Amino acid sequence: MAAPLTLLLVVAVTIRAALYRSSLAEVIAERVEVVSPITAWKRVIEGLALLDLGVSPYSGDVFHETPLVIYLFHFLVDYAEITFMLADVISAIALYLAVKEYNKQVVRKKQKFALEADRYPQDCLELIRSPKEMLYIPLKVAMFYLLNPFTILSCVAKSTCGLNNAPQIITPHCFKISFAVFLCLATYQSIYPLTLCAPAMLYLMQRQYIPVNYRRASFWWFVVQYLFMYLGSLFVLICLSFFLLGSWDYLPSVYGFILSVPDLTPNIGLFWYFFAEMFEHFRLFFLCVFQINVFFYTVPLSIKLKDHPVFLMFMQLAVISIFKSYPTVGDIALYMALLPVWSHLHRFLRNIFLVSCVLLACSVLFPVLWHLWIYAGSANSNFYYAITLLFNVAQILLVSDYFYAFLRREHHLIHGLYLKKKDGSEATLVLK
Amino acid sequence: TLVARSLLANDFQEELVIRPLHSGDIYASFQFRTLWETDFMRENKVSHYRLFPKSLGQVISKFSVRELHISFTQGYWRTMQWGQPFLPSPPGAELWVWFQDSVTDVDAAWKELTNVLSGIFCASLNFIDSTNTVQPSASFKPLGIVNETDHRFLRYATLPREIVCTENLTPWKKLLPCGSKAGLAVLLKSEKLFHSSFFSQTVHIRPVCQDRECKTTSWELRQTLNVVFDLHTSGQGKREWSLFKMFSRTLTEACPLASSSKIYIDVTDNPQEEYFELSPATPLLSQAVVLGDRRTFSVYDLTQQLFKSVSDLLPAGSMLRPLLHAERYVAGYGLQTGEIHTVMYNNHPFRSFPVLLLDSVPWYLRLYIHTLTVTSKGKDNTPSYIHYQPSKDRMRPHLLEMLVQLPPHSVTEVTVQFERALLKWTEYTPDPNHGFYVGSSVISALVPSSVAMDTNITQEQPLFSSFFPCKEESSYFVRVYTEPLLVNLPTPDFSMPYNVICLTCTVVAVGYGSLYNLLTRSFQIEEPNPRLAKKIANFIRRIRGVPLLS
Repeated sequence: MAAPLTLLLVVAVTIRAALYRSSLAEVIAERVEVVSPITAWKRVIEGLALLDLGVSPYSGDVFHETPLVIYLFHFLVDYAEITFMLADVISAIALYLAVKEYNKQVVRKKQKFALEADRYPQDCLELIRSPKEMLYIPLKVAMFYLLNPFTILSCVAKSTCGLNNAPQIITPHCFKISFAVFLCLATYQSIYPLTLCAPAMLYLMQRQYIPVNYRRASFWWFVVQYLFMYLGSLFVLICLSFFLLGSWDYLPSVYGFILSVPDLTPNIGLFWYFFAEMFEHFRLFFLCVFQINVFFYTVPLSIKLKDHPVFLMFMQLAVISIFKSYPTVGDIALYMALLPVWSHLHRFLRNIFLVSCVLLACSVLFPVLWHLWIYAGSANSNFYYAITLLFNVAQILLVSDYFYAFLRREHHLIHGLYLKKKDGSEATLVLK
Repeated sequence: TLVARSLLANDFQEELVIRPLHSGDIYASFQFRTLWETDFMRENKVSHYRLFPKSLGQVISKFSVRELHISFTQGYWRTMQWGQPFLPSPPGAELWVWFQDSVTDVDAAWKELTNVLSGIFCASLNFIDSTNTVQPSASFKPLGIVNETDHRFLRYATLPREIVCTENLTPWKKLLPCGSKAGLAVLLKSEKLFHSSFFSQTVHIRPVCQDRECKTTSWELRQTLNVVFDLHTSGQGKREWSLFKMFSRTLTEACPLASSSKIYIDVTDNPQEEYFELSPATPLLSQAVVLGDRRTFSVYDLTQQLFKSVSDLLPAGSMLRPLLHAERYVAGYGLQTGEIHTVMYNNHPFRSFPVLLLDSVPWYLRLYIHTLTVTSKGKDNTPSYIHYQPSKDRMRPHLLEMLVQLPPHSVTEVTVQFERALLKWTEYTPDPNHGFYVGSSVISALVPSSVAMDTNITQEQPLFSSFFPCKEESSYFVRVYTEPLLVNLPTPDFSMPYNVICLTCTVVAVGYGSLYNLLTRSFQIEEPNPRLAKKIANFIRRIRGVPLLS
């Protein structure tokens, strides 16, 4: 598999390098769908310029990156393009290895074991995946990530989203608790990967054969170990950031900004127009509601999907990307890259055609309606907002469709594929 | 005279300077100065006010003000056509105050002061808050006695949107000792004053030295009113004007409380009375060096003789080209980004001089300081001093101060890019598509002078030449204000708050609903549950004894 992967990497790097050299790079770097106030490269440069002027970058309201990013780009600002391409390449390789590892686990541990134990009903053998058909999935995943237009746009715009994605991708690859550091890095950059703690812990427990039973001591011991590692590294990172600039100013500027959403720059998310039109009295209430909405699905999803931590991670990534305060297309590319892993669910997907058409149409309409609002003046903000709503509904439908298909396949694996009603005719399955 | 002046603890002088401008306009500048030797900062409050207005005296003592400068201006001073004004002022309202160093909470004092002044002048100065107040570090040094200059005690704010009208002029006139009943203030009638190209009324309060060693200090209150009349558009067919034609009033008598009441007509361009003649004529001529230029004035002392009119006024020769001149504009298109360009002209043929540029930009235009470029004659010109304070959303504006060296006979352009923010729907004014104002840039400089300036502070000087303190002979202080900018911001739809809340919450609910269903329900085989109509039909059929429906 090394040769096709290498070819893919070369193609991806070539495309990105070609776009960097063209005049499109500046245009893309200004697009609000690709960059947000947290991830814009222009703001990183501004923060470094403020530092050169002797003013703290966090004294104003332009720079919202973590001190580690200042530290990193203080040395690498001239090699920024290579840094972002490297981040994408590392993410792709991490995805490749992670999915390969996961497939091996699926084939060997789950299916083989279950087949031998004769767990599966007779007629659902066609649902079981063979290693042959799973051979190209890791490559497809890496391709979906690297050649996704969203990822390419994000990389060419030098949005730090690419840097945020890399630790989130390395996390499922971890099979040691020490890799909690990567999750901690992802949480440090933006708070939302905190919810990925649960799938990461479940995945590790599955690999180490610790039963997920809250009555067992080994479960709690593992949780304590993981949390200790995670919180410890988070504490170390925060203290390191304090020592970089000698003040705690970055906490309200970075985390306060993500949580309290003061900047209403339009993006592809739901927050900006909602809080632009919010009655002042209810602002805090709805802010809390929307932020809790992101973290709120962790526990129910973990309980339902405790035996399938990788799918849980996919669901969590999707929920974060849709409901976070300043989403960009780079966040979407992250969970979309994992779609080939669930390619066996296609037969149970109900809305895939509609969803893909809507996503494609919205992606095209975003720049059009932005131009009409901001430059031509013949549309107003409602047009762009409508496409935002539609895009998010399509994403929600996509995610819930895949969830439905996954649960349905699990149901069939237990109860058989061709189900019959009491009178012998073909049955329809509903959710009740 | 020194002895005589020191005996006068309270002194009031008034003067009017009329200068014909080269574009055919007439520039009239009134100055009223009250000097009072008293100590407002004493424990026992001052209670006996004679010439100094009580409202301002109470303001000074209550808020421990060291210097106060406030101006209300309508119109923009066209430097290239009219030359330099005696006292520059930006369009709208401008207020800058130096507090005493005994003040502990300057921000609270500033807030109260703006509200009190808003009441005194009937202006909406209460709109001055932390989002448009800055603390310049170098541009607004004290104009009176300078003890120390810790700029923590300085506050500067402008309201470019402020409109000046009669209700601002009336309380201003009430501050004068004679009011509008005697002296030069009789001429100040609003129907003509506001029918002009430029109108500006200011109040300046500062402590000044009475003698060279500065053994005694007194408080000086200067009220100035600058107006430029465009006689072409005021329907004057003939080129002759009189005080009555300009102000629709004539002078009746000098103010009895004034120690001197004079009118100066600028006759520098009319040495042999070839362009215009004054009536009644006067033999009194005086010369004064003002704004780097030696000008000749005909002087009328109102205590002795009243001035009436001038006939046959023609624009004469070439005026002295203003050495420093600036413009500002917004470049770019669309509602997302833009660029502010400030262009400064140095018209001196061979001397270069440094200028201090102060820019205060509201927070909703996010400046990117790394895009700041300063170019002179096409080449990069790095400022030697940059003080930049970035803005905090909804709390304070951007402050950019730079010291730029302007090469001789050149154009210097300062550009900086900005991004326009989307505000909350309640933060827009009722006319959001009018745009948002950005206050004028202030350019302060010591401009080299071709004529030796007078540095002697105690000599008898006309008021108009003694406003800015002169420390050296070879240069004079000039402050130039650029135009204010009008910038459009993207607006949300103001009719839609409820709709937006409902729609967005619907999308969130769609997500919640789908995930809730999938999490809490399980798959079951659907057993046919006959609908009600079918049930009733089957029931009837069973009674009838015919086969049932499936």
